[in-house]
Amino acid sequence: MIDILKIAARNLLRYKRRTLLTALLITVGLVAVLLFIAVAGSFKSMMVAQFTDSMVGHLQVHRRGYVGAMESLPVDRNMRPRMLIKLYETLDAADAIEAWSPRVKLMAMFSNFANTTSIRLNGVDPERELATVPLVASRILEGGQLAPLVEPGKIQVPELIAKGMKVKVGDTVVLVATNKKGSVNGMTFLVQGILESISGPGGRDGYIHINDARKLLRIDDEEVEAEVLAHQGYVAPAPEATEPDVLKRQDSLKAADPLKAADPLKPEAQKDALKPATRPSLADPADEELDLDAMLAGIVPGAPERAGNLPETQALFSDRGWGNPAEVSEIAIRLKHPEAQTAVLAALEAQVAGLKNRRGLSIFQLHPWERFVPFSKIAKMIDMMTLFIRIILISVVLISIMNVLMMAVYERIREIGTMSAIGTQPGAILALFLSEGFLLGLVGTLVGIVFSVAAVWVLNSATLTFSFGRQENLVLVPTIAAGDVMTTALLTILVAVFASLQPAWKASRMDPITALRHV
Amino acid sequence: MSLVRAEGLRKDYQVGEMAVPAIGGVDFTIASGSFVCFVGPSGSGKTTLLNMIGCLDRPSEGRLSVMDTEVHHLDRRRAAAFRGEHIGFVFQDFNLIPVLSAYENVEFPLIMVQKWSAVARKERVRSLLSAVGIEEQADKRPDQLSGGQKQRVAVARALVTNPKLVLADEPTANLDHATAYRIINLMRRLRDEFGTSFVFSTHDPKIMGEAEVTFELEDGRLHHQGKGVAA
Repeated sequence: MIDILKIAARNLLRYKRRTLLTALLITVGLVAVLLFIAVAGSFKSMMVAQFTDSMVGHLQVHRRGYVGAMESLPVDRNMRPRMLIKLYETLDAADAIEAWSPRVKLMAMFSNFANTTSIRLNGVDPERELATVPLVASRILEGGQLAPLVEPGKIQVPELIAKGMKVKVGDTVVLVATNKKGSVNGMTFLVQGILESISGPGGRDGYIHINDARKLLRIDDEEVEAEVLAHQGYVAPAPEATEPDVLKRQDSLKAADPLKAADPLKPEAQKDALKPATRPSLADPADEELDLDAMLAGIVPGAPERAGNLPETQALFSDRGWGNPAEVSEIAIRLKHPEAQTAVLAALEAQVAGLKNRRGLSIFQLHPWERFVPFSKIAKMIDMMTLFIRIILISVVLISIMNVLMMAVYERIREIGTMSAIGTQPGAILALFLSEGFLLGLVGTLVGIVFSVAAVWVLNSATLTFSFGRQENLVLVPTIAAGDVMTTALLTILVAVFASLQPAWKASRMDPITALRHV
Repeated sequence: MSLVRAEGLRKDYQVGEMAVPAIGGVDFTIASGSFVCFVGPSGSGKTTLLNMIGCLDRPSEGRLSVMDTEVHHLDRRRAAAFRGEHIGFVFQDFNLIPVLSAYENVEFPLIMVQKWSAVARKERVRSLLSAVGIEEQADKRPDQLSGGQKQRVAVARALVTNPKLVLADEPTANLDHATAYRIINLMRRLRDEFGTSFVFSTHDPKIMGEAEVTFELEDGRLHHQGKGVAA
């Protein structure tokens, strides 16, 4: 085969200018593709990192139904401590997860005592938030970027609101929020910093401490069932239920269910029991809670105990480093290897799928960052453009090599006839012409890779900056991944060989007598 | 022992709806180790006959046996293999590969056809170049060689695979008389040296006289046979 390659190389060199031009065409095409991949890829990954590392995280977990109503940041669709235990344990145990951060999200009124406006707020645990979205600190324009991200009693105000309301670091502001029971609460906060806005739904959110958010919404710590705590080793397991106990529980359950508790002899009571206000609807989150109760009860037979376990519950959450046992709106997750996002998402979904609501659906919904960031559509567009550019490269290589080899076959008909006459098998003639296409592709590709790497180096040396939305002077750092180089190079060489196939086939099938007669 | 045996060999070419006979039913035998010449004017069928003997073309009718192989039955691939194994070719226009040196041209069939090792190739090519007296020009490309030198390279290329039969279609047509004689004499000497049969065609009466057996073709029919084996 090496001898055939040597002869093929000689054949290519017989028309030096033509070979050079064709190889140059392949080189230019390859450089164009690799540069596009480098620049567009760098832009894409930088922008994606801006969103994932400063705001969204790689994955997010919500209670089912929350994301659909996310625009209004519903406070009645938060995840409750009973649900969170299983979720937190799963997140802590997952090797693929670098950090996770619980958030309490809310809409509030923001007042500077002169004017009022609405504000979207994230109540966060500063340490966990910084570990999960480390670039959030770089968005702090005023007030310093030193940890903690936000101290209790303070607020990071989004730039747009700070400008509009003429609020400065150190000012006192009032936040007023409505909790899920409909009551309104207000608290004063000190402005700790001004936060740069970025594109996307969460890009104009303010930050307060998670405990402040709970105070504002009057979300108290909640106890979880004794069975759950017993399962975790925080209370002694309940003794085996005796028959009178079971009967007593059944009675109490009956009393808790208005339908069963109603006296059948009293029609008025039955009517009251059927009032919609007393019957939870499917859309009511409490509906799911009832199912969870039933399921948790399955861990230890008997109805759940729900009173007097708050200290143990708080101890459980505190010992595990989970903060307070209180509601959470969302959990942002940072992965060790973002490229494994899809696999990790599927694995996590499978692990938390056991907790289901009445409709048999998982209580939790996990979403990748793309679900929350409109830029993901631009990222997909970039991928699409990369594909189109690759198709253009394929076309260039295909047409140029096919053209060159068709001409070569036409010009060497007598030579092909001679080769065939002296006994060269059609397969060997085919291999010879395929080798010529392969060598053309190989040379064009290798030179193209060298030029591409050099061009990327030059671009990096020149320090290219660009603006995106409200963000300016973003520095572009084009890089070519080895995988992209390999893929593009292999593709080019394969296309070169493929393009040679038709002329090579024609040459190998040529009738030797006709070929020898050719003038 | 006969090397080539033809019985009722006929070749027609289809021109539109008409079948035009190129060879009209010939019988002949060529003995092994002979030095044979087909003569005749242009269009008499010399090239067609040599093409059929060389398994490049198939007869329309009749039987053709080369080295006891019924070659008219061979398909394209087996015919190529048969040629590569047993038959060498010398062409009127030399048909050397222009990008290869004289050495590489001679080496070419050993790479593309018989897959010899590099060491064996080197020895064989050197001995052939020496046999045709062209070793001094081994590194020259065809465009740097004279017509006679090119044909010597072509003869060496035909012999390099050690064939039993070399077919040369008008090998001297593009050469001056003196060079033509030298090539014919070279071929005869190589026949003596290697025992290879040479069958060539010519329309030159002087060259014809150098052959040991002569077949005269006219309008696709054998008219006369001189000094040779009876048909």
